[in-house]
Amino acid sequence: MDGNLNALTTVFTEFYYWVTVVFMFLIHVGFCMYEVGASRRKNHMHTLLKNIMVIPLVTVTFFFFGWWIYWTFPNAFPGIGGIDFAAGTAYTPWSENMGTNMQDRITGVFWAAFLLFSWTAASIVSGAVIERIRSSALWMHAVMIGSVLWIIDAAWGWHWDGWMVKVLGYHDAYASGVIHAIAGGYALGVIMVLGPRIGKFAADGTPRDIPPHNPWMLAIGLFLIYTGFWGFYAACNVPAISPEVIDGQITGTTWTATNIYLAPTSLSAITFNFLMSLSGGLMAAYIVSKGDAFWTLSGGLAGVITASAGNDLYHPIQAMIIAAIGVVIVYKLHYWVERRFKIDDAVGAVAVHGYAGVVGLIICGFVLWGAPSSPYEGYATVNPLGQTIGAVIMFGLLGFLPAFIISKIQASFGILRIPEAVERQGLDFHENETYEAAIADITQATHAATPAE
Amino acid sequence: MSTIGYENWAVDLADVGAIYPMQGWEVPMTIIGVLFWLGWHVVQFRSESRELAEAEKNISAEGVKKAIDRY
Repeated sequence: MDGNLNALTTVFTEFYYWVTVVFMFLIHVGFCMYEVGASRRKNHMHTLLKNIMVIPLVTVTFFFFGWWIYWTFPNAFPGIGGIDFAAGTAYTPWSENMGTNMQDRITGVFWAAFLLFSWTAASIVSGAVIERIRSSALWMHAVMIGSVLWIIDAAWGWHWDGWMVKVLGYHDAYASGVIHAIAGGYALGVIMVLGPRIGKFAADGTPRDIPPHNPWMLAIGLFLIYTGFWGFYAACNVPAISPEVIDGQITGTTWTATNIYLAPTSLSAITFNFLMSLSGGLMAAYIVSKGDAFWTLSGGLAGVITASAGNDLYHPIQAMIIAAIGVVIVYKLHYWVERRFKIDDAVGAVAVHGYAGVVGLIICGFVLWGAPSSPYEGYATVNPLGQTIGAVIMFGLLGFLPAFIISKIQASFGILRIPEAVERQGLDFHENETYEAAIADITQATHAATPAE
Repeated sequence: MSTIGYENWAVDLADVGAIYPMQGWEVPMTIIGVLFWLGWHVVQFRSESRELAEAEKNISAEGVKKAIDRY
């Protein structure tokens, strides 16, 4: 670090990302509460552990190869380029940068910020499949979406050098597509093969509601996800950078915050837009769901997700209206797909994340039409076609397709779904029996050890 | 043409102000926003009135007793 200003900027940036990581931990806490709240009592502990174990499994694999993929894959697409091994040298698990190093204070916190996005992507899938998937099957999917597929899409469309940004003018500042559309598409691919929970559909195909055992827990889970989402938004920005360091077209000496593409924005802008899109989503969801608490809260989230692609540049009123439009589409689409294709999406993950992400990307193409996608020369500007192709890549090519294929393979080996009898009895049956037996045993022993009066 | 007024970032940020789309349309956007807000109240009020009327219609002495006991 040369000079006080550089030292201060580096330490500030290091601390900034560290704080976002701590905030984003709440997303995972929220997802766990949400999933357990939505599941039935007979499945609590398995539901919880299924999502808890996403944390270590995605973390270690993201350390081993996920982070390396981000830096080496920006142009790895047929007709565009290949894997840039040189760019990934500093991010292999055996690199000196991937450890305590006085010359690099940023890689650890930047890696962690991306890692928390990875947990989120995997956790979104985890919610859709509760009460009938084998944990081992879900954990394979968690590693695939968390440490391989989403980070490929981030390299392509969420990197200053990504080919989608250069060629398509792809713009997705707060990850409508690169996290939410891909995770929603992936969840759809898995549940199409996995099938619905027992009893979800009547003999004539009419869907039944499977109410959450604890709506309060579910609501608090969603509030925690909102809170973590603040950290997520901040983590998507570079907090302070000079035009000289960006080394693009920006002239002058004015420092700025930027989005992930190093194009100008501000924390103030995204604070306006986060709150206004949350509000637009909540208001629309309340009306369209006729005051249903689950959908109203989920609608707040879907509203933010819909506006996220362009929330670095939108006007707050635009963010509010875009969120509201997205939520109405998402809600209608969820029930249409459920009825038409007999899809059991236990927590509405495909809708809230997948459909909202896709709709948000396409709307962004129109509202930001012609805006520069990057501060570098020669990049395509934002446009509806590029955004639509981007949405197909995120939801379909990198989300739905691999999930469907992997799930088919798992199903063919009989390792995707739990046995029907176990599903009826509940995954926690053994734990519950042991728990009750332990209580009976210790109660009896305490009585026996208590002297008679 | 760019909706935010800039087609590239070959600019000195010291000279840049608003960069949201549709600059100059703030007042119409505000009117749309206010209509959305007021419309929400109208729709919500009507829907709540219907819901309360429906609830009132279905009240029974037995149901009230059960609700009180359930706390």
